[in-house]
Amino acid sequence: MRSHSERAALFLKDQNRVTWHDETLWIVRKKRDKAAAAVKEWEELREKASQVKEYVLSDLAYLLLEFEKNATQNGAVVHWAADADEFNRIVLEIINSKSAHNIVKSKSMLTEECGLNHYLEEHGIDIVDTDLGERIIQFRNEPPSHIVLPAIHLKKEDIGELFHEKLGTERGSTDPQYLTRAARAHLREKFVNAQVALTGVNFAVAENGSVVVCTNEGNADMGVHSAPVQIHCMGIEKIIPKMEHLGIFTRLLARNATGQPITTYTSHYMTPKVNGEMHIIIVDNGRTERLASRDYRDALKCIRCGACMNTCPVYRRSGGHSYGFTIPGPIGTILAPHSLPGKIVYKDLPAASSLCMSCSNVCPVKIGIHEQIYKLRQELIRKGYGSLVKRVVLKISGFVFSKPHLYDLSGKMVRIALKKLPRALIYNRVNTWGLERELPDVPVQSFKEWYRQNESNK
Amino acid sequence: MKVAKRYKIGLFIPCYIDQFYPQVGIATLELLRKLGQDVHYPLEQTCCGQPLANSGAEDDAKAVYRNFVRNFSEFDYVVTPSGSCAYHVREHYDILEQSEDVVKVRRCTYELCEFIADVLKVDDLKINYPHRVGVHQSCHGLRGLKLGNPSELISASYSKVISLLEKAEGIELIKLDREDECCGFGGTFSIFEPAVSARMGRDRVDDHIRNNAEIITATDMSCLMHLEGIIKRNNKSIKVVHIAEILNSNTL
Repeated sequence: MRSHSERAALFLKDQNRVTWHDETLWIVRKKRDKAAAAVKEWEELREKASQVKEYVLSDLAYLLLEFEKNATQNGAVVHWAADADEFNRIVLEIINSKSAHNIVKSKSMLTEECGLNHYLEEHGIDIVDTDLGERIIQFRNEPPSHIVLPAIHLKKEDIGELFHEKLGTERGSTDPQYLTRAARAHLREKFVNAQVALTGVNFAVAENGSVVVCTNEGNADMGVHSAPVQIHCMGIEKIIPKMEHLGIFTRLLARNATGQPITTYTSHYMTPKVNGEMHIIIVDNGRTERLASRDYRDALKCIRCGACMNTCPVYRRSGGHSYGFTIPGPIGTILAPHSLPGKIVYKDLPAASSLCMSCSNVCPVKIGIHEQIYKLRQELIRKGYGSLVKRVVLKISGFVFSKPHLYDLSGKMVRIALKKLPRALIYNRVNTWGLERELPDVPVQSFKEWYRQNESNK
Repeated sequence: MKVAKRYKIGLFIPCYIDQFYPQVGIATLELLRKLGQDVHYPLEQTCCGQPLANSGAEDDAKAVYRNFVRNFSEFDYVVTPSGSCAYHVREHYDILEQSEDVVKVRRCTYELCEFIADVLKVDDLKINYPHRVGVHQSCHGLRGLKLGNPSELISASYSKVISLLEKAEGIELIKLDREDECCGFGGTFSIFEPAVSARMGRDRVDDHIRNNAEIITATDMSCLMHLEGIIKRNNKSIKVVHIAEILNSNTL
């Protein structure tokens, strides 16, 4: 498998597209800045959100059971899934128990994480993503490249071509309104025939057993209202204690994600419809292990706003697919499994950050994202994941830097080498610095040499 | 120039400045002396250890950290022309046993502008610098040491760096389209992710050129070394100058 830096280099081959990708997401970041600045207690809200999540994580077992009790009393059926396989199986069992074939799904990163679509398709179930961006990438058989803007890597020309092929729109037409209308007509038909509607969950309120889903397209409601069976899928960390806490998060979420004051729809689901069924599936899939780790536990506070992606100077230039994990960008880097036994290790991701810290500053729940990336780097080297060359170079450097005379001597040798060696030898393939950059000019003396000569005896 | 107090200062010159940019070290030394400080340069110093730790080799960096502490524990303040190194000492020397010396060195290590603004409390260095200058706000100084308010935080606007520059006679501080975006150096990031790093660097240089800067300055020569590498490869006419050199061009 290619590493992040290799995939990023491929994305960067089309420099114009990178410019467009970077600028588009930068506009979203600026909209976020403006929306956040309009709330004078913004930083206070972030602190509150972080503290509420802190409490949730410290008392998660109790809150989950309270949620289950209240949801069950409301008439919902609560299921527990330890991992992705169990989650997928539960969904399939519910679908099969209704002999259903047509499923509509609104946005859920959890189902992406668990590979639900492929699983259901393998079992002959037609599952349709109803979020426009999600539908686009489903047509293309691609993973999302962003958690809020799943098709942000595509331009309207790409969509025009895709819809011509899949939905029979006019060839060459790229008018967003025309294309959106075509998608809407296509999706309406899917909604009308849906037997089961799946949604993700933004917040699950422990005190009353309700789930809250935030969308801009109303597609969660369209699905839930037209299908007799509704299934809401949530990770264990989606809990908030009380309704009174919800406002903290809804005020932060959309502003931070896209610069909107609130998502167009904030849907509360509490009880099944008359003659309907409401299922809630609570999924662990590695979260408990994270909860137990002191260094990485805070990542469970994430409310999936995507702001760390929009602000990340690396993400904007390498594209979401360069990360190779369901959730890209800074938060994906720390959420990707890195030390769980039996899981793929995304060992290339912690290097895909310049540690500029902007991610931690935009995070609405104040996750120290950059700190965790730094810690992950240490962990990877300790566990022997770095290449042998890298580890040897680091060992030698550590030795040289801790011995002043050896450091002075090595510095001198490097400077002489850079001065004397022919350019072709210095700018070789191994010198990745030199691929697109010059090395600094070599001075006559180091500072220390200058100091010894001019200052030591003063 | 009147300053509050004369401190015994340990001058830390980061490894890459020592080897490649001695003029930045000299400017820092001269400036601190002009400000009436008792400046010492311990000859056994090497590096703060950040290049190792940022690559994940914190364990191998410990011996480097100890060498740093050994060299600098006797001073009132450790001053360095690098926000990133100062931040590293303060933030990441937490893995050492917190002896009195370690605690003191961590607490007393300052980036140059920060030291001038917060400790010496000098705000006008009587500089004459008739140039169009863009300030690249190096991330570890900005977001780590909080030398200014980063654009992501909804807080009052300030910059210890720009405050020192804006009083200079003749200077024109240009406004960038993106006031504090990372330049893409990122230490070993520049080696492990060369394509993204170089693209970030080109974008940063272009922002300065588009806004008509003659000079890019920063608290960190590492960012400037990367940007200079980009500038030279692409034959651009803009120049990089470390902030110590600008602040030292004064008439104190």
